[in-house]
Amino acid sequence: MSEAIDRGRRQLLTAATALTGAVGVAFAAVPFLASWKPSARAKALGAPVEIDISKLEPGAMLKIEWRGKPVMVVRRTPEMIAKLVASEAQLADPGSDQSRQPGYAKNPARAINPEYFVVLGVCTHLGCLPQNRFQPGASADGVLTADWPGGFFCPCHGSMFDLSGRVYRGVPAPTNLEIPPYSFADSGHIVIGLDQAKEA
Amino acid sequence: MAGQAAPAGTGRLAALGAWIDERFPMTKLWKEHVSEYYAPKNFNFWYYFGSIALFVLVLQIVTGIFLTMSYKPSATEAFGSVEYIMRDVEWGWLIRYLHSTGASAFFIAVYLHMFRALLYGSHRKPRELLWIFGVLIFLALMAEAFFGYLLPWGNMSYWGAQVIVSLFGTFPVIGDALIEWIRGDYFISDITLNRFFALHVVALPLVLIFLVVAHILALHEVGSNNPDGIEIKKTKGGDGHPLDGIPFHPYYTVKDLFGLSVFLVLFAAVLFFAPEFGGLFLEAPNFEPANPLLTPEHIAPVWYFTPYYAILRAVPAFAGTQVWGVLVLFAAVFILFFVPWLDKAPVKSIRYRGPIYKVALMVFAANFIMLGYCGLKPVVQPFKTLSVIGTIIYFGFFLAMPWYSRIDRFKPEPARVTS
Repeated sequence: MSEAIDRGRRQLLTAATALTGAVGVAFAAVPFLASWKPSARAKALGAPVEIDISKLEPGAMLKIEWRGKPVMVVRRTPEMIAKLVASEAQLADPGSDQSRQPGYAKNPARAINPEYFVVLGVCTHLGCLPQNRFQPGASADGVLTADWPGGFFCPCHGSMFDLSGRVYRGVPAPTNLEIPPYSFADSGHIVIGLDQAKEA
Repeated sequence: MAGQAAPAGTGRLAALGAWIDERFPMTKLWKEHVSEYYAPKNFNFWYYFGSIALFVLVLQIVTGIFLTMSYKPSATEAFGSVEYIMRDVEWGWLIRYLHSTGASAFFIAVYLHMFRALLYGSHRKPRELLWIFGVLIFLALMAEAFFGYLLPWGNMSYWGAQVIVSLFGTFPVIGDALIEWIRGDYFISDITLNRFFALHVVALPLVLIFLVVAHILALHEVGSNNPDGIEIKKTKGGDGHPLDGIPFHPYYTVKDLFGLSVFLVLFAAVLFFAPEFGGLFLEAPNFEPANPLLTPEHIAPVWYFTPYYAILRAVPAFAGTQVWGVLVLFAAVFILFFVPWLDKAPVKSIRYRGPIYKVALMVFAANFIMLGYCGLKPVVQPFKTLSVIGTIIYFGFFLAMPWYSRIDRFKPEPARVTS
């Protein structure tokens, strides 16, 4: 055997070993990194929620919880839908260009079917729960004045939204209320958390 | 001492020492790092904060261990278990207040320790790596403090975590998946609390201890800097030790004990008389349990994060994303890594630097405090404009340093340290 060191061979073997080791470490890291993703239980609890809207009266509202956030479903009357256009001049983002909603809800009614309005009950200012103040005119507690057209009102800092969750100008909230992904399972059931199929 | 017979009359203890030294470098380590580690003899007030920070680290680890014995890291029990510690566990209030006050004390010590480096050029060659370990400690400490702040599960804990975690959601494309991965859920939940607990009590303390050991080893390799910013190793006596150096023990162990006792007087004053420190150390909304449906009136992080929070908020959204503020925030911390190379002055210490650096450093320090104040306030005028000006000054101090540090008027450095 020669005493001479074959440096090229040694370098190749060292590099090959290091590379194989690095690949091994990368593979071994996957289970640990993936363990941080939402667990099966978290996914089950965050799964889409189906709600029955067949018994919802016109002008009434349902509230449910989805992924730790309140979701509000409003069955709008034809008068409420008609009012949406009238209020547009006073809105900060009437076209919902700066706001978050699925593509199928980017319209004045911010809905798939204008009659049923689905919205996250999280004020875009600081996350408070906006109240439904659908009754137009001055309110008994005095926070709303006679020119109030009806909509959502956030009790924390006084942000005002119209009946499509669109924010009025000059209030603390910067954007319209967020619309969650949802779809109609059939005419009487809405699924929150599942996107409407493209062709709908 | 190793391998020698114990001197007569010193008894069994010396024999035991010799027995250990043959098997473990006990005496060698003691000499190398303590009794024969020669530190410059001219350390002043600013040199207390390293040992104070080390003391607070130990305090946090010890009090932390005792807190985990009564704390429950679950969304339903966490808030209640902290109340239980405060009311029912014997001396629990003391252990908890030691830990919460210690967190603020840690940042005070670390900020002053970093300021000392900028005063006397302690980050300059050959101490660049020592400084880099220091910045890594600062980063780990910020992460440690952030994870720990969620654990009481108060409403400010909850919303503070919400705001900071959602910063990662601003990254294009990967943002939403990234925050889901960090939270392990679709909102800050029990799962998030549980993993932050693991990071706070196991992972980051290990990282911190490792980094602190590396920081001290690097320090003892290159030797301490001093207020004159000159290398004492250049002038050695006949015994091979620096003429301007004195053994760390007993000289600096005793001096640091004095500094520590002064620190402890102040620490105890806060601990016993103002543990909430007017809402700065423990914020009022955190005395209510976390409520995902109710945001606190005004969300502000704890004081030690506010300078960076002000920087985050100073950057406006454009091109339809908030990500710029987050990038600037990260840049504000990462720029610290480069300071040893940004500083081009031929001398290290502020004593031999000219008026430009003196003014720049004082403006930077005052500006940092101003940014901290802005970060505590809501985003209204004049704090909006002040935050923007403060952010520009913060970055200006570092980015213009290669230029202004060179053109200053310098005084000649002495050959030996001055008193």
